[in-house]
Amino acid sequence: MKRLIDILAPFVLLAVLLGIWEAACRILELPPYFLPPPSQVAGEIVTENALLFASAWNTLLMALKALVVASLLATGIAISVAMNQTMEKAVRPLAVALQVTPVVAIAPQVVIWAGLEHPDRAIIALATIVAFFPIFSGALTGLKASDRDLERLFDLYGATKWQRLWRLRIPSALPFLLEGHKVAGGLALIGAVVAEFVAGSGGAQGLAWRILEASNRLQTAKSFAAVIILAIMGAVLYAALSYGEKAILKRLRGS
Amino acid sequence: MATARLTAVEVDYPGRGRALGPFDLTVNPGEIVAIVGPSGCGKSTALRLLAGLEDPTRGAVERTPGRGETSVVFQAPTLMPWASARTNVALPFELAGTPKGQARADADAALERVGLADAVDAKPAQLSGGMAMRVSIARALVTQPKLLLMDEPFAALDEITRRALGDDIHRLWDDTKPAIVFVTHNVEEAVYMAHRVVAMSAAPGRVHMTADVPGELPRAPHFRTTTEFRNIVETISDAMADTMSAVA
Repeated sequence: MKRLIDILAPFVLLAVLLGIWEAACRILELPPYFLPPPSQVAGEIVTENALLFASAWNTLLMALKALVVASLLATGIAISVAMNQTMEKAVRPLAVALQVTPVVAIAPQVVIWAGLEHPDRAIIALATIVAFFPIFSGALTGLKASDRDLERLFDLYGATKWQRLWRLRIPSALPFLLEGHKVAGGLALIGAVVAEFVAGSGGAQGLAWRILEASNRLQTAKSFAAVIILAIMGAVLYAALSYGEKAILKRLRGS
Repeated sequence: MATARLTAVEVDYPGRGRALGPFDLTVNPGEIVAIVGPSGCGKSTALRLLAGLEDPTRGAVERTPGRGETSVVFQAPTLMPWASARTNVALPFELAGTPKGQARADADAALERVGLADAVDAKPAQLSGGMAMRVSIARALVTQPKLLLMDEPFAALDEITRRALGDDIHRLWDDTKPAIVFVTHNVEEAVYMAHRVVAMSAAPGRVHMTADVPGELPRAPHFRTTTEFRNIVETISDAMADTMSAVA
């Protein structure tokens, strides 16, 4: 019974809040461009579902492509850098600089580099930059997190640099890498949306464009509908990555 | 010819000062030596010198075992959590480039000798503390080392398990007679395990006293209740209490 209440509690709260919102809109007779009632937003999701889901799909694809590119780049660079302390010291400040650079500040230039006819490429590149750091940082930490006595054992048995990397460092880094990917997945999605906003072009046909388009036309309900779909997509992506992380770790450790 | 010898070794760690020495120790072939001493006296440092994993700041280290002929068992089982018991035990062979089939067969045989024939495919997280330590011991013995170094291997185990493992070590030692250096902070365990007990003083560790333990290895049943066992334990404990009070 207690469990059931725990599961239901967030939904009940949500229903109450939506009820207050709905009631407020009706009682105060707010114009829909100012604040549409939730029923109207839900209606938009239903009637515009083909367009909204196609846009969501485009955004998700761009985010996932960025995640794959960021994963390959960050893991590859982290591994080659971790082999050499001087390299690591040289690269880390650059990576941090990239991390603290707001994506909106560099987006217009990246759009120009990618070519105005290819906004999707610019969006993927920008989302990649955002997703790069958590994976890179996790990989660097993980590659140095191997057990000290295991390292000694590898010394004792005369392991080569490559044996140490493949048999000790990379497997030890895996939990950190998975955690990094989980964080990076959400960031890639946000990065893709922000980048599409700044690109200000309908060429990529993602959710951000739906939001922009709808707000410009004062179709507030439709813009809210797009935001809600984005939120659900982010939550599902995070849940999927969390599940993948747990499943891989469980398989790895056998419990 | 001694298996390993430390002559007047001293180890200084930057920022921490002297960790060990001057310290002398000779380990003869087929001999079990126990080093007993208070925490932080440099026991583990001495072991790393014997393993060739560290160099002394001053003094000389002589070792006759070649590559792959020294094994170490640490306080924790120190297993790769992502690998099965078999893969963990086969690690020394894999790193040496032994063919996989041979490595697996030898690993399975080593696991059988420590009583884990049924657990070859288990991952470390699925093993109890005692079983994980057995896997660690199997990995150390699989290469048939000339020198086996054990750094407080039973410290994290309960009394029943540590007694059983102690007798197992003697039985396994009896097969190939490697020289063993067994580090512990437990005087009774040191006397039970070894031909010779070296008691160290508090940091920086030096040899405080050495005692030869009579009796056969593996130990006869109820060796712990004999008078000579009790006498040596008391002598060493008293001597160590003296060094501790001198420090305190």
